[in-house]
Amino acid sequence: MDLLKDLTESVITGNATRTVELTEKALDEGLSASQILNDGLIAAMEIVGVKFKNNEFYVPEMLIAARAMKAGLKILKPILVKGGIEPIGKFVVGTVKGDLHDIGKNLVSMMIEGAGFQVIDLGVDVPAEKFIAAVQENDAQIVGISALLTTTMVNMKEIIDAFEASGIRDSVKVVVGGAPLTDKFAKEIGADGYAQDAATAVEVVKGLIN
Amino acid sequence: MGFVEFKGARDFIVQRRKDLRFDRLAIPRKKDLVFGTAMHPVKTGRGLMIGNGLVYPELNFTLSAVQINDNTLPQITEQYKSIITEAIERAIHLESNGVVFEFETLMEMTLKPEIGVELVKVMNDICEDYYQRKGFKSEIRLTPNDIRDFERPPKMRTSPYLANMLELFERGAESGGDLLSIESTGGKEVFDEAVMMCDIRQVMFSLIVLGVRDMRFLWEKIVAIAQSQNKIPAGDTACGFANTAMMLADKSYIPKVFASVVRIITIVRTLVALEMGATGPDKDCGYEGPFLKAITGTPISMEGKTAACAHLSPVGNVAAACADLWSNESVQNLKLLGGMAPTVYLEQLEYDVRLFNAAIRSGEEKVLDLQALLVESDIHYDPQALILAPESVIAISEEVVKGKTYLQAAINGSLKGLEIIEEAVKNKELKLEEREKAWINRIREELSTMPIQEDKFIESVLPMIEEGKFIPEEYGL
Repeated sequence: MDLLKDLTESVITGNATRTVELTEKALDEGLSASQILNDGLIAAMEIVGVKFKNNEFYVPEMLIAARAMKAGLKILKPILVKGGIEPIGKFVVGTVKGDLHDIGKNLVSMMIEGAGFQVIDLGVDVPAEKFIAAVQENDAQIVGISALLTTTMVNMKEIIDAFEASGIRDSVKVVVGGAPLTDKFAKEIGADGYAQDAATAVEVVKGLIN
Repeated sequence: MGFVEFKGARDFIVQRRKDLRFDRLAIPRKKDLVFGTAMHPVKTGRGLMIGNGLVYPELNFTLSAVQINDNTLPQITEQYKSIITEAIERAIHLESNGVVFEFETLMEMTLKPEIGVELVKVMNDICEDYYQRKGFKSEIRLTPNDIRDFERPPKMRTSPYLANMLELFERGAESGGDLLSIESTGGKEVFDEAVMMCDIRQVMFSLIVLGVRDMRFLWEKIVAIAQSQNKIPAGDTACGFANTAMMLADKSYIPKVFASVVRIITIVRTLVALEMGATGPDKDCGYEGPFLKAITGTPISMEGKTAACAHLSPVGNVAAACADLWSNESVQNLKLLGGMAPTVYLEQLEYDVRLFNAAIRSGEEKVLDLQALLVESDIHYDPQALILAPESVIAISEEVVKGKTYLQAAINGSLKGLEIIEEAVKNKELKLEEREKAWINRIREELSTMPIQEDKFIESVLPMIEEGKFIPEEYGL
């Protein structure tokens, strides 16, 4: 459908104003909010993700596209909520306790949101209790934990153990990421997934939710 | 090549405080901007003469994955002891002229300064023992964390964490830290988003409006501590800014051209430490070091290919072109086939400095030949390497010192950097992806339309920054 194609294009080019216009037009023409979301906005971000992975887009172009997508989503959200349509999943994310690095985490948050998830970003220096509270309050299915130091990555196991002790471990999937981490480390500490970088994080998270 | 007359560090501090801004180059000639020699060498407590005709290795190390608490402290202390002991033993075996050991603390060691202080003492005792018994010269560079970052938005002046940092500087210097450094983070709360968006105006704001103010605030204190302890206020780096940009560019997240301009802007910010009385040697991860050396004549520490253990970079060889200390950035204390990783890296650094020092012994021509090869091997592949070539350093630094304000200095330097990059692309001397080339004009246009009066610049940028991102009063605004 041309309208959805134009909408996708406006997101890809980061044109927030046009994205809002086309989203409203699509609703006026009788398209459902979920069709506009899935076939317009999320489809656009999937293309953006591919362009980023293929080194066609830099991060700023991706962020501008994400902002345009959010602008369109803002129009659809009340309708989606009223219709009982939930996001694909809920993703709680934070940098582990003792660590202040957050650029990678912020990038992952943005990409996961663009993929249709609701993201609850807890920031940096996040203790286990805060992760647990956020999972319980939001009924989140996935937790992302980031660390950039060899001395803070060890705290990730503590968080996973705390999930176990509090009884939420079985209801949540844990994905970890950060420069000093490896897939082996992720398995050793009992994580469900490891994201090597922001570009692969979306695939990993989507795989876990399925 | 003649060596310049040595001026003691204390004399230099006094001289610099009279002249708060540098308005000309201390080293205006390319052939004088070389490794091993600085106009104002620095003498350490145990007699290392940094920038006085020898390059020394600077070994930087960290722990492998371990939690830091009262239970693990004895084991951690033993690790640091063995790192220093084994490295010194290997250095002596290789007949090294001397070593600087950088103790870059981990968060817990700054949060609880007594931990950091104790570790400085333990390591310094070993250095002193080898000095007394065997005449081997080594020093500790103490680099506390900037933990003001723990709060968001950070309180740069009123944070309770500031006291912990300053206590570690004071007591750490007392316990044997001879060179005092930090990677301060003033402005980072604005920079992080700005660099992701490749927003040069907000980058400029973070470094030149916020960063400069924080540097003046912090370095007045650090210099005072150093003077009271008769220690060396060595310098700061914009690691969290320009190296973050470099890492993002390496992953193709942002253009390399953009990262190059960020590096140039950090010159003006990091220079403030020297304006406030720092003497060098500047810290290893500050790739803005060569520019500081050209402007102030102070010695610098640099890292290149031997920093690959900590991070990859496009400047592996050219980074050594003007180095007075040659570093490995940071290596984990792990067992490799050749031995413990810090000892292995000490050896790598020592072999590199042997090469530099052999060139110095052989005379000016050999120094310039070796430097030319270090430069030529890197500068055609990445603009971040190109701007580190000595001729680029001097050309950019000349424009920086022409600026009557910090903002103008940063804009001048950045425009010159873009001109150098563009010229090299035009002459097919620099490989640049097509999508990078558009950014040269994009950034140039932004720089050229920036107000150069600071109040007008602040007025133009503030509406673009999310409210609550930073606390103006914490920067004296």
